[in-house]
Amino acid sequence: MPEHQSHSYCLKAPPPASRIEEEMYKGQSGMWSWLFHRISGLGILLFLFIHIVDVSMLSFGPGVYNQSVVLFDYVVVRLLSLALVIAVLYHTFNGIRIMAIDFWRKGSRYQRAMFGIVLAATIIVFIPMAYYIMGPAFQWLTQAPHAATTGH
Amino acid sequence: MNILIRIKRFDPERDSKPYWDEFRVEADPIDRLLDTLNTIKWTMDGTLTFRRSCAHGVCGSDAMRINGRNRLACKVLMRDVGNKVTIEPMLGYAVIKDLVVDMDRFFEKYRSVKPFLITYDNEPGTERLQSQAQREVYDEGTKCILCGACTGSCPSIWGNPDWVGPASIVNAHRFIFDSRDQGAAERLQLLSRKDGVWRCRTIFNCADACPRGIPVTDLIEQVKRAIVYGGPEEA
Ligand code: HEM
Ligand code: SF4
Ligand code: FES
Repeated sequence: MPEHQSHSYCLKAPPPASRIEEEMYKGQSGMWSWLFHRISGLGILLFLFIHIVDVSMLSFGPGVYNQSVVLFDYVVVRLLSLALVIAVLYHTFNGIRIMAIDFWRKGSRYQRAMFGIVLAATIIVFIPMAYYIMGPAFQWLTQAPHAATTGH
Repeated sequence: MNILIRIKRFDPERDSKPYWDEFRVEADPIDRLLDTLNTIKWTMDGTLTFRRSCAHGVCGSDAMRINGRNRLACKVLMRDVGNKVTIEPMLGYAVIKDLVVDMDRFFEKYRSVKPFLITYDNEPGTERLQSQAQREVYDEGTKCILCGACTGSCPSIWGNPDWVGPASIVNAHRFIFDSRDQGAAERLQLLSRKDGVWRCRTIFNCADACPRGIPVTDLIEQVKRAIVYGGPEEA
């Protein structure tokens, strides 16, 4: 037993300078819904800046623009697009939930059920969108071998 | 049952940082956690410091973070906490010693919303009558025991100690929605300021933490609507 745990009255040895792990507050669905809402909101904001940059490439002419948007074809960037889609969908549906809590008298009472609906709606709408975003990245799987070598 | 109790401790006269202390205690499943804390204090370590008074969930002095959530130690049964319990002082307050936190600002904010009957008319010759429906409207807020569990569970207060906090709004609601009271406008004015109701992000930690079962977030939302619509809803 470490020294500081010997429970003598008053004259306990000073505790070791051990680091104390902070434990997170065990909030329920409401806390997670808020945390995801803030993270998704900030994530979308980040994309907005990127979007302004990629669209502004047009002012350097179609060549530059076409070259720069090829970026969105990379598999990594397609995966990031998936994250963006999830964030937008969640933020939108949960934003509607928050407004229902704010303006509908029974909103607070049904907030947990509404969170379930938000998650379900996010996933249901996400699946077809994910199919269209990731589909082209897997063309080499579905196409005949000679077509794959021709590339884009 | 034999239970391992981890307590986050801090003595400002001796420690530079809080640390975890551990105790093994024999307890009955229907003991309350407060009984177990008393056993530790009375038979194992007299320096363990916590507040308690009524021991029956009425005075509101023993709110603390039990297994990660704010609860009253006197309302939590040992059989509900498992074989290993973690006890910490509430977040959002300065720790004075061990589980005792500084509630001064909490009560300062409570007083700031004028939690008392305000009337401007001449005193009536008879009682101030109220229908059952009118009484019902603010019933939830009357149950508050000012334990501070809701306020200490709120991420908005962890981020901004100046925010008035859920408990103050609950107690403002108690009078704003009282048909006999005439101070609604001034309270709503106070609560519509920067550190008033709008810092609430409807996280619902407060409603989960309240040992009195008050739907805290719902009351805050009612006050927000009263501000937007220019007054409380009538019964
Ligand atoms: C359909 C579109 C949208 C809806 C319905 C929506 C809804 C909301 C609502 C209701 C809030 C308030 C949250 C609260 O009170 O706790 C909020 C916060 C926020 N939104 Fe949106 N929003 C939308 C689009 C966007 C977009 C496009 C962005 C970024 C460019 C964004 C970024 C944010 C941020 C950063 C916050 C602050 C989060 C916080 O305070 O925790 N939102 N949104
Ligand atoms: S509303 Fe509930 S949690 Fe908040 S101070 Fe009152 S009794 Fe405690
Ligand atoms: S000791 Fe009074 S509320 Fe717990």
